[in-house]
Amino acid sequence: MAKKTRTKPSSEGRLLEIRNLKIEAKVYPPGETPRLVTIVDGVSLTLERGKVLGLIGESGAGKSTIGLSSMAYGRGGVQITGGEVILNGRDILKAGKEGVRKLRGNEVCYVAQSAAAAFNPAHRLMDQVVEASVLHGTATRAEAEKRAKHLFRKLSLPNPDTIGERYPHQVSGGQLQRVMTAMALCSEPDLIVFDEPTTALDVTTQIDVLAAIKDAIRDTGVAALYITHDLAVVAQVSDEIMVLRHGKLVEWGGTRQIIKEPRQEYTNALVSVHHIEHEEHKPTANPLLSVKNVTAAYGGGAVKVLKNVSVDIHPGQTLAVVGESGSGKSTLARAITGLLPPEQGSITFAGRTLSNALKDRKRDDLRELQMIYQMADVAMNPRQTVGTIIGRPLEFYFGIKGAERDRRVAELLDKIEMGKGFVDRYPAELSGGQKQRVCIARSLAAKPKLIICDEVTSALDPLVANGILKLLLGLQKEEDVAYLFITHDLATVKSIADSIAVMYRGEVVRYGSKSKVLAPPFDAYTDLLLSSVPEMEIGWLEKAIKGRRMEAGGN
Amino acid sequence: MLNLKLIPPGALIGLFLCAVFLFVAVFARWVAPYGLGEIVGGVWEPASSKYLLGTDNLGRDLLSRMIYGAQTTITIAALATALSFTLGSILGFAAAVIGGWFDTIMSRFVDLLMAIPTLIFGLVVLSVLPSTILTLILVMGLLDSTRVFRLSRAVAVDINVMDYVEAAKLRGEGTGWIIFREILPNALSPLVSELGLRFIYAVLFLSALSFLGLGVQPPAADWGGMVKENKEGIVFGIPAALIPAGAIAALAISVNLVADWILNRTTSLKGGRG
Amino acid sequence: MSPIVKLIAQRVALGVGLLLAVSVLIFAGTQILPGDVAQSILGQAATPQALANLRAELGLDQPAYVRYFAWLGGILTGDLGTALTTRQEIATTLPPRLWNTLFLAFWAAIVAVPISIVLGLLAVRYRNGPIDKAISGFALASTSLPEFFIGYLLILFLAVKVQWFPSISTVYDGMPFLAKLHAIVLPALVLVLVVLAHMMRMTRAAILNVMQSAYVETAELKGVGQFDIIRKHAFPNAIAPIINVVMLNLAFLVVGVVVVEVIFVYPGMGQYLVDHVAKRDVPVVQAVGLIFAAVYIGLNIVADVAGILTNPRLRHPK
Repeated sequence: MAKKTRTKPSSEGRLLEIRNLKIEAKVYPPGETPRLVTIVDGVSLTLERGKVLGLIGESGAGKSTIGLSSMAYGRGGVQITGGEVILNGRDILKAGKEGVRKLRGNEVCYVAQSAAAAFNPAHRLMDQVVEASVLHGTATRAEAEKRAKHLFRKLSLPNPDTIGERYPHQVSGGQLQRVMTAMALCSEPDLIVFDEPTTALDVTTQIDVLAAIKDAIRDTGVAALYITHDLAVVAQVSDEIMVLRHGKLVEWGGTRQIIKEPRQEYTNALVSVHHIEHEEHKPTANPLLSVKNVTAAYGGGAVKVLKNVSVDIHPGQTLAVVGESGSGKSTLARAITGLLPPEQGSITFAGRTLSNALKDRKRDDLRELQMIYQMADVAMNPRQTVGTIIGRPLEFYFGIKGAERDRRVAELLDKIEMGKGFVDRYPAELSGGQKQRVCIARSLAAKPKLIICDEVTSALDPLVANGILKLLLGLQKEEDVAYLFITHDLATVKSIADSIAVMYRGEVVRYGSKSKVLAPPFDAYTDLLLSSVPEMEIGWLEKAIKGRRMEAGGN
Repeated sequence: MLNLKLIPPGALIGLFLCAVFLFVAVFARWVAPYGLGEIVGGVWEPASSKYLLGTDNLGRDLLSRMIYGAQTTITIAALATALSFTLGSILGFAAAVIGGWFDTIMSRFVDLLMAIPTLIFGLVVLSVLPSTILTLILVMGLLDSTRVFRLSRAVAVDINVMDYVEAAKLRGEGTGWIIFREILPNALSPLVSELGLRFIYAVLFLSALSFLGLGVQPPAADWGGMVKENKEGIVFGIPAALIPAGAIAALAISVNLVADWILNRTTSLKGGRG
Repeated sequence: MSPIVKLIAQRVALGVGLLLAVSVLIFAGTQILPGDVAQSILGQAATPQALANLRAELGLDQPAYVRYFAWLGGILTGDLGTALTTRQEIATTLPPRLWNTLFLAFWAAIVAVPISIVLGLLAVRYRNGPIDKAISGFALASTSLPEFFIGYLLILFLAVKVQWFPSISTVYDGMPFLAKLHAIVLPALVLVLVVLAHMMRMTRAAILNVMQSAYVETAELKGVGQFDIIRKHAFPNAIAPIINVVMLNLAFLVVGVVVVEVIFVYPGMGQYLVDHVAKRDVPVVQAVGLIFAAVYIGLNIVADVAGILTNPRLRHPK
């Protein structure tokens, strides 16, 4: 098929202009009449050709919705009820079904958050990559394939000439994300919408993909909307940043200005989200929890998941265990709690040895060692009220019932900065941060000596997570409780840890007090990990890529 | 709690019909105009003011036989469902929570039982067992418990891996607390809806067996048997057999509507209230 | 051996093993019972001599497992046993009946499957609209209606009142093909209506599940037209669940056939089984029960194998 040439307007000037965009959706709350909620309220923006605009905000801010509106698309029944979206000089909201279909995959392309779900498992990658170009007639099949392979090479994909033959499930997550970027670039669009493209990836892979995207944007001169909740990431790739909250514009300016001199309070909060005041504690003579040479395996010894792990936690202090997926950090928690009895090694707690298996443990051992989970929704029984959830440990461990129990529950609610009115609420009626606070109260009710925090802030928005971390630190001082803090987020670790253990593939590769662990010289993995955490400074990405010594995992 | 205005029309109709059937089944003796085996008129007389639904193949009042039939059908189906449900859900929950060899053996055995279509196996067994009401309840209950086992086990396994169950285990809670306070309240809604479906299936299964001559034996009446008795009339254009058949359909549809409504209510976010 | 072939071979082997276990169950169901088997077969009025004869004939003096293996051995060599009541070799009387049943089931399936897939597609295309609600309502009603209700209703209106079709579906050897088809229209229609409801609901659910996947959204955002989305993106991923649904419902059909044959007095395997259950003719019940189970298990195996063959992760391993 002959190539259709699209007459491009002059290369300077406005590509996209959104005016007073209003987007609403119908919600069906149980037991009430359905009503309309406003998701985006009167947002305006302009984007010039070849420029990158970062859309940043917490969940519910409306950033994805705005990004998708540039393609006249509303996901899940949302409707664009007001405003104009002017792309290449025309209002696409008035373009009708055919007009909209013609511009998608042609003038505007979309890169989704999860590449693994976005590709059709039944078709080869190359077929899907060239589909849009061939469909809209911007290239013949042969030309499109040639361009695709060129893009694969540009994006540093392995085997660029043959990777197109593969099926999506045969390729790793990081590679799929780059193939999706190639798919978007293949039809030579004017605008690409990147919707949280690196959020689902491991920290070390994230950097590679981010650099690949930045290079591709620069080389092809395409304009981009980069959507994310991580300010440090967006600072690396965008020229301008727009901060959104609850569907409204908070602040809009050049990247340098937003990062260095934020004008709005909310923006300032986002910029300084990783700064928490915390003095490092020195290790004491008698550790509270001592893990000695623990080796554990699944499948009757077949798959070793922990190899000769030894760490100590001191009373009232925080040990942060850092690692990526598959490092064994969560498995360590399971071994300590007795859910996965170790093959070798021992665990001592408050001077006594802990039995390997959960069922053999004494009640006091169980009481003094508590755990908080990553997903607060499933960590609480949806059919129990907040009062029951927090009150159960009081009944179970101390035999406290009735009015005394209610008094203690009210006390605990106070400690987690939630009022008495929450006692009769169900988990489904709470926000993400509130749910996690209730879980914290539940573990505090047992008056523990050590709390294992398993990725407790990973599923929360940055500001909410910040609040939870501050709460945990405050409670540590008040109650003199130690934390085993498991996370993959190095920025958190830097703020709140007293000692750090870095894990990689079941082994502890680096362990010691915070200041020692974070000071060079580093082993290869720790070096890779530390250099993969985006800093909130411009030009960090280029420096990080140059300094890499080890290959990232690709997940 | 039951705000009549908020109940959708379908569920209202279902509830009403169910209530009617239940009432008739319980108070059959006082509601039926004539006796169960009384011959009151000619064969297959059409509907009249004396016999509201006409007479059957022996001249008995069809309406009275329908009312007694309701009692028989509903009682047997209800008892069989109670048996299948209790047996299936207790074993299913136990298999999910205990796990290990108990779970494996039970699951393999249930897979085996389910590899034979229920009707066929029912026929095979009834070819040697006498067709008493007790046998029927036992056979139906045992065969149907396999499906309930599978469902309750699947539901319990899903809930068992939730973090809140693990949190309870880590606390040191006993198996009893975990099953009754953590798992069961969250398993109720799919189980209740399944209860409705199992009842409908029991009614249909019993009717099919009676229709084939292997279920309830005369002179007792159940709806399936009444279809069998009156089926000769169809060729002569007499619709008597369609009445018990239609009643079965009406009962099944109304229970379906109610079960659907309960399922929608109890999956609401507010923990099942309101 | 390629991994796919290995998987399929495993599944077939599992099915054969299951069938063997089922044969034990069926045998156990009829032979090992409380009370005297001969007594319950011949009834209360039987003479001691008749009971003794029957016991000797059934081999009841021998232990159960010997009897089982004798029976199993017979089946594997083509000897399905002898009917107690008619004294005929089951292996000669059964095949024509089996053939009739398959004939009926085949035509019901051929009509039901395409219609239910089309209805399922329509329900998804216009989901939550009046068409979808009507189709779903009809499906709900159909699953609650007993077969004899539908059957006698059809006979009353289409065979008695207007006399388009026979009320009794007799077929015999040598009957012309079209006449045979005419005879089975009503029973086939009943089967179609019963199975259609289930299949349509499950097809709708399977297609809807696929249509809500992320990759369908990706295609939409590339500007692919609705029809092409369904054809190129949704359909290849919906085949596996649809085949699964179809196979499961065909298995369901096998059971429905029994009641339908009795309603229409159709000379198939279902009628054969029911007659002999009433007469307590154990050898026939065992043989026919086993054959029904074999068909049921066979269809389930085909469903599993189809699921394996249409799964791209299994066809192209890492």
